[in-house]
Amino acid sequence: MSTSPSKDTSSNPQAAVNIPRHLLGMEHLSKEQILHHLDTARTFVEVSRRPVRKVPALKGKTVINLFCEPSTRTRTSFELAGKRLSADVVNISQAASSLTKGESLLDTCKTLEALHPDVVVLRHPASGAADFVASQVRFSVVNAGDGMHEHPTQALLDAFTIRERLGTLKGLKVAICGDILHSRVARSNAWLLRTMGSEVCFAGPRPLLPPHPIWPDVPMYDRLEPALEGADVVMVLRIQRERLKSASLSSLEEYARLFGLGPRQLLFAKPGALIMHPGPINRGVEIDPRVADGPQSVILDQVEAGLATRMATLYLLAGNHES
Amino acid sequence: MTTSADIQWTTVGDSSEDLGSLATSVGPILQREPSTHWVGVRRGGVCVAEALREQLKAGGELGHIDISLYRDDAATHLPQPSTGPSHIPFEVEGKSILLVDDVLHTGRTIRAALSCLLDYGRPKRVWLAVLYDRGGRELPIAADAVGRVLEMDPDHHLEVTTGDDGLHVRRRGPRFNGPV
Repeated sequence: MSTSPSKDTSSNPQAAVNIPRHLLGMEHLSKEQILHHLDTARTFVEVSRRPVRKVPALKGKTVINLFCEPSTRTRTSFELAGKRLSADVVNISQAASSLTKGESLLDTCKTLEALHPDVVVLRHPASGAADFVASQVRFSVVNAGDGMHEHPTQALLDAFTIRERLGTLKGLKVAICGDILHSRVARSNAWLLRTMGSEVCFAGPRPLLPPHPIWPDVPMYDRLEPALEGADVVMVLRIQRERLKSASLSSLEEYARLFGLGPRQLLFAKPGALIMHPGPINRGVEIDPRVADGPQSVILDQVEAGLATRMATLYLLAGNHES
Repeated sequence: MTTSADIQWTTVGDSSEDLGSLATSVGPILQREPSTHWVGVRRGGVCVAEALREQLKAGGELGHIDISLYRDDAATHLPQPSTGPSHIPFEVEGKSILLVDDVLHTGRTIRAALSCLLDYGRPKRVWLAVLYDRGGRELPIAADAVGRVLEMDPDHHLEVTTGDDGLHVRRRGPRFNGPV
């Protein structure tokens, strides 16, 4: 990942950007707020490359990761982000929590509130869970994925990766391919990229596309090729085996044949187009290993960007909130 | 409510003369430790370090550090509008380092800068050079080289900026309109 200056206009350092108390989704963030977030994240890339990968910025602050859905990479990324900022980080996963004993999400959050955390990072299978919790509590809430709704930090880390590589988001053509219908990653990315002036399109099996267009300016294709045509960035989404049946597909092999991104399909995109995947990848299913490991792939850059952008998220939110 | 247009700035004096006298007091340090590397505190200190290096034709590499993440009030203040990355292009371990800032006031910035620097390694020795020492220390910190000592009202503001024709310094009264 390079750290050369971006061509995008950085947020004006003299103008204080209004930082919302919660990060719930990309839908309501302005261009200035997104740029401020991405600019702040640049600081943290450097921190993770030092001999001592820790700064005292959030000393004395408490971050709770409440994950009511299985997740390894997002949770690890948030945990490390909090620790590198010197916050006290507590992880609560579904299996180990009283959520399995029948306690409601609200009761769990009210219990956590009594412990005075500064930020709670919430992953939950229900769309709207983060918004609901944020409306009921005094701490800051970061949505780490809520059902089919949003996954804002994924969109921020994707935008960070693109901006570091291509210098800007404005005017880029971004193709998002796979199971769009169930994907909060696709939704958050589309909100962010449209705000930043990118051109977005979706591609996937027809039953896995939204039945009605979400945005009139986002075309949807039931084949890869027209979506890839002239794309600067190709985002490939993970396909889950249990979704195949609803897509009238018999096997992962069939999905791979119709919607897998291989070297042949890649020829439709712009030469040097960036290849992205939120992970974990199904090698040989939605993406051919030659593409995933090829020179255009920035999949591992995304992981490093994830840590830096999540450090920025926690820094901006925990620093903004008098507890 | 005061607006930015109402703020009266007063020129402090000839900054090139002050830079000259800082160069004079930094000279002996570089003579004693010729292999000294430079670290400027973002952003004012970096401008001063660059001007000083040019004047002294000094060798050694120049890095810069941003102290936003090391402030002792980082977690209770609004995040700084501009958090920038630090960049130190050399190994800090065992080196003699000249830390440069534009203004020395409470000493808290230098405390933070030292904490940041030590996260890169254990230097053999750190020297501190500042263009202006305006008094008002809140921590036991002193500079090894100073351009000029200024007598200032504690709530007045001193600003060093860089232009095409060198460094400029000016002062103004208390701030009413929030962070600059």
